[in-house]
Amino acid sequence: MDSDDEFMSGLSSQDEDFGGVEESDDGSLGDEFDEDNPDVGFSQDKDIKPGKKAYEVDFKAFSPEDIQSHQDKQIDEVSAILGQSSEATAILLRHLRWNKERLIEAYMERPDSVLETAGLGPESAQAPTTKVVKGFTCEICYDDIPGLETYALKCGHRYCVDCYRQYLAQKIKDEGEAARIQCPTNGCHRIVDAKSLDLLVAAELKSRYQVLLTRTYVDDKENLKWCPAPNCEYAVECGVKKRDLGKIVPTVACACKHRFCFGCTLSDHQPAPCLPVKQWLKKCEDDSETANWISANTKECPKCSSTIEKNGGCNHMTCRKCKHEFCWMCMGLWSEHGTSWYNCNRFEERSGLDGRDAQAKSRQSLERYLHYYNRYANHEQSAKLDKDLYNKTERKMTGLQLTSGMSWIEVQFLDTASQALQTCRQTLKWTYAFAYYLQRNNMTEIFEDNQKDLEMAVENLSEMFEKPTAELAALKVDMMDKTSYCNKRRVILLDYTAQKLKTGEWKFNVDIAMGA
Amino acid sequence: MFASKRLGKELTKIHQTLPPGISLVSASDFKEWQMDIKVLDANPLYLDQTYRLRFRFSTNYPIEAPEVTFITLSSPTRLIPIHPHIYSNGIICLDLLGTQGWSPVQNVESVCMSIQSMLTGNTKNERPPGNEEFVARNTQRPRDIRFVYEDATV
Repeated sequence: MDSDDEFMSGLSSQDEDFGGVEESDDGSLGDEFDEDNPDVGFSQDKDIKPGKKAYEVDFKAFSPEDIQSHQDKQIDEVSAILGQSSEATAILLRHLRWNKERLIEAYMERPDSVLETAGLGPESAQAPTTKVVKGFTCEICYDDIPGLETYALKCGHRYCVDCYRQYLAQKIKDEGEAARIQCPTNGCHRIVDAKSLDLLVAAELKSRYQVLLTRTYVDDKENLKWCPAPNCEYAVECGVKKRDLGKIVPTVACACKHRFCFGCTLSDHQPAPCLPVKQWLKKCEDDSETANWISANTKECPKCSSTIEKNGGCNHMTCRKCKHEFCWMCMGLWSEHGTSWYNCNRFEERSGLDGRDAQAKSRQSLERYLHYYNRYANHEQSAKLDKDLYNKTERKMTGLQLTSGMSWIEVQFLDTASQALQTCRQTLKWTYAFAYYLQRNNMTEIFEDNQKDLEMAVENLSEMFEKPTAELAALKVDMMDKTSYCNKRRVILLDYTAQKLKTGEWKFNVDIAMGA
Repeated sequence: MFASKRLGKELTKIHQTLPPGISLVSASDFKEWQMDIKVLDANPLYLDQTYRLRFRFSTNYPIEAPEVTFITLSSPTRLIPIHPHIYSNGIICLDLLGTQGWSPVQNVESVCMSIQSMLTGNTKNERPPGNEEFVARNTQRPRDIRFVYEDATV
């Protein structure tokens, strides 16, 4: 497996990047996540170390402050190596999409061309200032009044300060650009550096600029992704590469508790890998299945081609539109059926047979899809209901405290149960999409057994959960057992699936490798 | 405010002189101007034709690109020129008219000249691929369309 080397090297560089998290003053987050994810490197050949399941991956969540400090730290480091100012280093790093090694290497080889392509050009150390130039006409506003304050980047393209400000404001505010704003001149690729920005831009835009810069950092890094939860400002780091997505489903959890797939940023879809998930969602969303249904349940009038659904009755069809009379069985003219009315004896004819075969096949594939879809949709629906239930949980907990005299701590089992229900349903839901794309063999039977066990456990727990508050106190031990049983079944299912995925033992009826 | 100052100055210059084949039709306000352009050489695709360009300016012009499209008229006859980067509804796929390619140093005259030379250099008697579907479905303003500039040579 030649990908292992790169995979591990990806991890080690990421360790370098973020190694300082515990030392930084805001290291609490890193610590919190360390507990959940013991520091075991994920690798494909050493397989699973004790305490870590095959479906788990290492990840860390970072706050905006963390991200900023990592960024600053890297800039300092590289700036010391290159002997460039931190502003210039920041531009260089952003230019090479934060690939530190590549930057240092390229810079050592040919510093001038690296600086030039990053828009830095020949270095002149003085701080940027605005200037009044005699006889100047601004090429943006065409103003030529004397005493106009002007500014130019090192490329020498000079504009009046007002226009420059407008230009930068437009780029930052409306177009959301930050790291790669170029000189306003047509065809000039000089990048507006942080110092120039500082000089020209109003204070309220500076914070927006910083936000955007931080954003490009996360966008550029392959091992960082924004948490997709609404209003969440955290980013999650994970070493799983795009090309490994056929072998692992990298589910991560943000500091905001949102669980999502690092590969595609959709909500947690274990055990199904990203590509089948995408195909499944598309399949469910578009009307290809409507078309399938139509082909399975309808025929076209042989004369006017109107689509007709036969919803009962005999084979003598009269098209409502064109009044054409035909036989539903053989699609032939009704008048040719002579006396064998209501009983088509031309049924065994070759053309009739072919038509029937095609229809049967289409119906079969539809039924297969519907089998999985109904179960998938059912769990999705139930998860929604469970969520409502979760919102009521707190009330139930308070109610239970009142009726049973239990303490807040003692009623926590309801919360735990509710969370388990949701996670398990999420998993169950995706097992059906997964199974739809699976080719049948012995392993699928084990998979289905696991699925059945989990499903039964979940339904049991779900039923208990709905009992009136008064009965809940008596059920506490039972419920706790069921909760932990559910979680256990889920782990077993996920672990089994993930192991086989890693070793490539599942056979799919679609391609599951993502990219190369 | 920003736009009107600049457009006023552009207009003064346009009234003085314009390159051959480009003429001002109307500029009654600082929101919308119309220009006529002609292809000067003997390119058979555009021979003896005049085309009407409509410029729409936001108040943030020239920081923001103007919206530039061809429009049709019955009298005088103005059609949409045939070109692999011009859709039959008049929308022009040209990088300098998009957010990425626009530079505030450009002006009405330079845009007209760019479009003029885009026509002059063309030999293909065809619309962009997917023209019918684009024309039927597009509801976006030209500046918000994310064109892919595949071919810089045409």
